[in-house]
Amino acid sequence: MKTEKDEPSDRPSRGGGTAERPEEGRCACVADHVLLEAPGPADGPRHGFLRSIYATADITHLQSGLPQYSYLHTMGSIQDLLDRDLQREKDGFPRKIRIARLIRPVKGGKDKVVVVPTTIEEKFYHDARIPEQQESNRSGGSGDGQEGEVVGEEPIHREQGAGSNGPGQGEGAQHEIQASLYDLGRILSNKFRLPNLKNKGKKRALKKYTYDLTDLNRGSGQVLDKKATLRRIIETNIVLERVPDVTAIDPSQLLVSPEDHVYRVFSKEKDYESQALVFFMRDYSGSMSGEPTELVVAQHVMIYSWLLYQYEGLVETRFILHDTEAREAPDFYTYHNLSIAGGTRIESAYRMINEIVEARNLDRDYNIYVFQGTDGDDWDSSGEKTIPEMRKTLRYANRIGITIACGQSAEGLTTTFEKYLSGLKAEFPDKLKIDVINGDAQEARLIEGMRHLIALSEGKRTWS
Amino acid sequence: MELISQHAKAIMEGCKKRACGAGLKFQTETLEYIVTNKDLIDLGPKNMIPTLYDYWVHDVELLKDKGTYELFPYNPYETVINTRPAISFYNDNNPDWLNVAIFYHVLAHIDFFQNNLFYRHTWDEDFTGQALSDKRTIAMLHAEKGRWVDYVIEFTRGIDNLVDYYSLMSEINRPETLKSTKRLDYYFDVFLQTIKKVSLTEYLKELDRYNDTVSQYGTGAESIFFAKVTKSYPEFAAMFEKKKKTERETRRDIIRFVEDHSSFLRKEENKWMTTVMEIVRKTSLYFQPQIRTKIMNEGWASYWHERLFLRDDRIKGNEVGYARVNAKITSLPRVGLNPYALGLRLFSYIEDIADKGRLSFDFQRLANINARETFDTKTGNGLNTLFWIRENMNDFMFINTFVDQDFVNKHKIFVAERRPNMEKGVWEYYIKSRNAEAYRKMLLDSLYHPPSIRVDEEKSQEGVLYLNHRFEGKQLVQEYIPNTMLGIEYLWGAPVKLETTEFVADGQPDAVEGSYYSGAGEKDHEQTYRARRVLYKMEKKELSKMLL
Repeated sequence: MKTEKDEPSDRPSRGGGTAERPEEGRCACVADHVLLEAPGPADGPRHGFLRSIYATADITHLQSGLPQYSYLHTMGSIQDLLDRDLQREKDGFPRKIRIARLIRPVKGGKDKVVVVPTTIEEKFYHDARIPEQQESNRSGGSGDGQEGEVVGEEPIHREQGAGSNGPGQGEGAQHEIQASLYDLGRILSNKFRLPNLKNKGKKRALKKYTYDLTDLNRGSGQVLDKKATLRRIIETNIVLERVPDVTAIDPSQLLVSPEDHVYRVFSKEKDYESQALVFFMRDYSGSMSGEPTELVVAQHVMIYSWLLYQYEGLVETRFILHDTEAREAPDFYTYHNLSIAGGTRIESAYRMINEIVEARNLDRDYNIYVFQGTDGDDWDSSGEKTIPEMRKTLRYANRIGITIACGQSAEGLTTTFEKYLSGLKAEFPDKLKIDVINGDAQEARLIEGMRHLIALSEGKRTWS
Repeated sequence: MELISQHAKAIMEGCKKRACGAGLKFQTETLEYIVTNKDLIDLGPKNMIPTLYDYWVHDVELLKDKGTYELFPYNPYETVINTRPAISFYNDNNPDWLNVAIFYHVLAHIDFFQNNLFYRHTWDEDFTGQALSDKRTIAMLHAEKGRWVDYVIEFTRGIDNLVDYYSLMSEINRPETLKSTKRLDYYFDVFLQTIKKVSLTEYLKELDRYNDTVSQYGTGAESIFFAKVTKSYPEFAAMFEKKKKTERETRRDIIRFVEDHSSFLRKEENKWMTTVMEIVRKTSLYFQPQIRTKIMNEGWASYWHERLFLRDDRIKGNEVGYARVNAKITSLPRVGLNPYALGLRLFSYIEDIADKGRLSFDFQRLANINARETFDTKTGNGLNTLFWIRENMNDFMFINTFVDQDFVNKHKIFVAERRPNMEKGVWEYYIKSRNAEAYRKMLLDSLYHPPSIRVDEEKSQEGVLYLNHRFEGKQLVQEYIPNTMLGIEYLWGAPVKLETTEFVADGQPDAVEGSYYSGAGEKDHEQTYRARRVLYKMEKKELSKMLL
């Protein structure tokens, strides 16, 4: 119960949520998630690792009840806001709207995620993060225990994922995340002017329609379906008790009603021509741990979102992890989280992709994209095994987009993988794209890189 | 949005009677509305003021809140806004007994709004009415100027946390006699000497006349003295007024200073902008006391809903339900801060020690722990003390004065800190300290405290606006500086400089990970920092920075 909101000016850390419900252990991480997902440093009222006292209000303090509507209803206004943001640039002011993902951790890893726009009102604020001091890590508490005693724990991983443009940890809950990734893709396409796949039906349409005489109609139509009509007549006559013995029917005795004529009619059939199959593959060996993985996965989730939007949900994804051997991950969550201390053979992953595609002739029905994340390291230093596998993939794939996320140590150097790829790159300039990013890249850089990976080739108007 | 039912209103009126009987003081006219959760979310970004001006950032907030609501649905009980008459919003699905408790809570908030001196400047205003008029003004300008209104709002809001709230307070609460000496000062120091250039004898004669008047008439002397002055110098009053106007103390309030001195705003086609800026400034001032009394306000309301409802016969049969609701609101979290819980406990604690006469030197000088525990002079002064605190204090004073070791021990509260445990892959929350001083410091650090930034007129040469940040141990958030200064430059119409202090790395960094984690093992790598004055300059949308 409470007064009006007390945050006249300090709004960066706002966001509802339950911070103080002691009976539910999730509160701390919930709060952090919601906060950290908002871009930029949280300052002003936020102090300490929990929500500040100003973030509690009667309105948010007590919770129960059910959601009454979906935020999707407001997507129209997101569009308006993005338009406004574009206008800012024309007026000579920096853009302000960013996309945040709110994550509610749920037991079993199927976290719920929604995508929302967010912005920060920039002002002169005190920075709670003082170098050399850890005070911003302090908050209050109550209850028994000695000084120094640990009173609670919370997984570190969550925060890392959330704070660094992670993929959204909730990939498990397929339907929910799908819906919100679709929005993310839409926002990415519009806001960042990523190429739109569908170019008003020119060249390659996503769906094609075939016309066929498949639908049935009684009474009128183009072609009489004799078999169906006969069956219908007999049914009617059985009901009328004009067929005493079904084994010996006398056609001359049958009554024929006009309603019994069954016709085939001309109808439009949707035929999904170009569905997309996207392989996300990444190196999960020891050298990838930390930043490279975060960057690669963050970029992959954006690409995934974008494709989801472009193909209106008709995207199939396969997730492949490799060290010296490749394995398939069942979902994005596993894809994001697994790491192993092994060596690196990129060839293994391409071989696996080729096997998957060949086994079911997938290249016939699908547009196939491969997005690979790596730190550029490969044991196969000359590429003698990898290149043939990649060449095979390139034969059917629409695009192979490779993200090379360098660790800090390797910055500025050309990696093994890059070196032996140069020949192949010259051979398939349209199909093979490589983006090299540094360890400390920000979201904007990732989107820039993504633009490059999915960029149209010269002179092409649609992306294929 | 609709008014609550007559049935609920009758309950409210009954609550008012009992609350007044218990000593709360408030205007008896109030408005209560039923709203849906959606309404409340819609109002959220506007600080619950339905009539606040429209601004696109509120829309973004709204979309975010809706997303949040989807993840964390909640059912707010009520909310109160400080206006005349006070308005409160409710859910319509509360049972009667809960409404009684909620109404007590609301009435205590209203009592706090209308008696705490930090709200003095809001007492005579119907803020929602004012806001409505402002909203219309902005809508009208919007129709005319389009998105440029939004830019002015945005850039002004960029500095609306630097409004000079305390000068406003000091102006309002300053005794009349002190105010009038300004007139005397002006008359004797400026008017007679530099404007009239009177001779020394005449000056001394006038001085004597003043002294005579004082000895003859005492406190009323000044007005009698000036009655004569007005006769001999009819222009004096007008000149003094003019002087007061031009000397408006604006250095501490950047919005005001920019309004008064910006060459850009002085242009005929830009004059409308000051209207918008003034609306933003006024709105910000209105909210200042609320953010400075959060813990007290919530503590006060929680204290009274508990006190009044427990003595109310309508609790009969609903004791358990009430206990559950109340526990949710006012329990101390294992880790984290709850202003309701903290404020309630502090008020109860103060009442207790004041009742026992422990707010006295006699008690403070006692060193014997047993004697301290049994000390009780039975003053019975507890409730009066609470009313005095409610009238005169804000969060800072409240915490700084009353959070002591006895309080910390009594409620077993502690400073919590967290550290990473890499082996287990978790953040560990642990008890950092049970020392009252540490706890107080942690609380004070978490209070709202905008930076102190003033205009340095001497250094503001050649049209440049020179802002000086007084360093209080924390640097400014660097990421926000460029856009904030960009906004000020736009409104100022010329280059803007900001002098501030930043922590600059000292010597060679030992390791990349530096001091980010507080893990004990990494202390060796810690980077050392030194506070240095730096000067930012924003000119033609380009930001530069140099060490001073």
